[in-house]
Amino acid sequence: MNFKTLVLAALAVAAASAATAKSIELLNVSYDPTRELYVDYNAAFAKYWKAKTGDDVVVKQSHGGSGKQARSIIDGLQADVATLALAADIDALYDNAKLLPADWQKRLPNNSTPYTSTIVFLVRKGNPKGIKDWNDLVKPGVSVVTPNPKTSGGARWNYLAAWAYAKHRYGSDSAAQKFVAALYKNVPVLDSGARGSTTTFVQRAIGDVAISWENEAFLALKEFGADKFEVIVPSLSILAEPPVAVVDKVVKKKGTADVAKAYLEYLYSDEGQEIAGRNFYRPRNAAIAAKYASVFPQLQLVTIDAEFGGWTTAQKAHFAEGGVFDQIYAK
Amino acid sequence: MEPPLFRRLTVSAVTTAPFPVKRAPTRAAGPRVVRNPVWVRVLFMTLALGFVGIFLVLPLVAVFGEALRKGLGAYFKAFADSDARSAIRLTLTAAAIAVPSNLAFGIAASWCIAKFNFRGKSLLTTLIDLPFAVSPVISGLIYVLVFGAQGWLGPYLGAGDHPCFGEWFNQQDIKIIFAVPGIVLATIFVTFPFVARELIPLMQAQGSDEEYAALTLGANGWQTFWHVTLPNIKWGLFYGVILCNARAMGEFGAVSVVSGHIRGETNTMPLHIEILYNEYNFVAAFAVSSLLAMLGLVTLVLKSFIEWRHQRVRPANVTA
Repeated sequence: MNFKTLVLAALAVAAASAATAKSIELLNVSYDPTRELYVDYNAAFAKYWKAKTGDDVVVKQSHGGSGKQARSIIDGLQADVATLALAADIDALYDNAKLLPADWQKRLPNNSTPYTSTIVFLVRKGNPKGIKDWNDLVKPGVSVVTPNPKTSGGARWNYLAAWAYAKHRYGSDSAAQKFVAALYKNVPVLDSGARGSTTTFVQRAIGDVAISWENEAFLALKEFGADKFEVIVPSLSILAEPPVAVVDKVVKKKGTADVAKAYLEYLYSDEGQEIAGRNFYRPRNAAIAAKYASVFPQLQLVTIDAEFGGWTTAQKAHFAEGGVFDQIYAK
Repeated sequence: MEPPLFRRLTVSAVTTAPFPVKRAPTRAAGPRVVRNPVWVRVLFMTLALGFVGIFLVLPLVAVFGEALRKGLGAYFKAFADSDARSAIRLTLTAAAIAVPSNLAFGIAASWCIAKFNFRGKSLLTTLIDLPFAVSPVISGLIYVLVFGAQGWLGPYLGAGDHPCFGEWFNQQDIKIIFAVPGIVLATIFVTFPFVARELIPLMQAQGSDEEYAALTLGANGWQTFWHVTLPNIKWGLFYGVILCNARAMGEFGAVSVVSGHIRGETNTMPLHIEILYNEYNFVAAFAVSSLLAMLGLVTLVLKSFIEWRHQRVRPANVTA
């Protein structure tokens, strides 16, 4: 082959670029474990929207650690809706870039959280280390897998659930801090997101127990078979409320405000709630939650507002630079 | 093939050896060189082959094995997915822009550095290596810091709030990061030194004599470049382009930072593989990996071919 032809061919390939089709397109920037949920939900919503308005809507998905995803939106990722792991990460969109109003959480029912979850344990089949509750995780020789609270929303829920348990059991914040410090001594790896942490436990076979979102634990059971893993429900855990919000500044520019709003509202519909239940998120709607009652075990659930005075306070005290997590992890 | 110079040296080493050389008694006649004891050779061969086997061949076999674990049907299903296709398209697009850009840049830079003397030449030489020296994550973050909504230029691109001209700039919608241009920029940045690094030593070794000769014979600058310089460097250039292309298609870190991970839009092949793996979709993850690995293997074969051509062409050039 002639050398000149080669150069010309390379240039021709460079010049050709792919054309993209035009339709209503939303971008849902979400956290790690919601991939399967939103694949299902996006298809359902597209059908609903087509029937209602005749428009085609394609919802693109982006997933990663919740804190990292928030950072990307602040840096200019054009998210029409943010469906993150915790309110603090959506608050950050207001604090750092004023992308939505400060009172965003009041715009939709139930603190803008259409589904909830909680924190449970995933152990290997037969539960060889006999893990029943949080106090089994601090025992010497038990290896615990949980992601990094600095980058992962799920990890922050894990941390706070452990804290709440210790505070209820031992009665004081200082005892709780000692307990959580002991727990993190048993953690061999801190992954950056919840999904990375699950794969570490499931695929790389590291650790005796993974502290995990309930939905993430059930999904691992479903994917790998109940003959390999077991879900252990502790005596007390935290009510995790992963909120959703329209990113006002982005939808204003893209002209997608109506469809973005409808997209989030439809999560509260019977169909949306069904899909949440099917994907192991606890539905808000009582009737649908009752249908899935056999899936989700009953346990004592504390809320972040009652226990920690809300996300802003918890975030500042525990996860900010130099907060409690930094202190215990540095030791 | 052993170059003649090398053979001469080894023979003289035997004849001038100060100590009597112990010879294996049943060894057939051959070049009488100093031999290491058999066990040393066996040990090193085993080590080298074992290392290659465990760290290179085994993972490669594992990739193809995992990809084909559920049969050819499942394997090809991985490529039927529209997100996978878009990832492949994006990777090829990014490489198709990054490689020619760096080809042009690499020739220009090495031409300047090898054939001319100017102020700041050593600075330029050092800067060319910068993408090799910094971690790919930093390469990506540089673009977030410059083009991000909170970055230096972001506000002018409609990505955020501009303090003075607010509305006008906000209505612009020039996407750099979290879009294809950002991915292309990051890819260009990390693959930037390959062509230049390959050409500079080659051009320096060749010197400028032939160019001077061409100029004295009345050729203009372009003719000199096209008929004298380029034919001299073409194999080195091709080699640089191949390495550059391999890295452009495989880059993960820098691209991950600027991608935004939008499925079917800003995911390249390496990012798509990570997603599939994290979704417990191991067959598809390894299937796409195997495609990437095959692109790598094709690159290696091309590389060996070029080296072989180069060695055959070289002595002819020297004697001519």
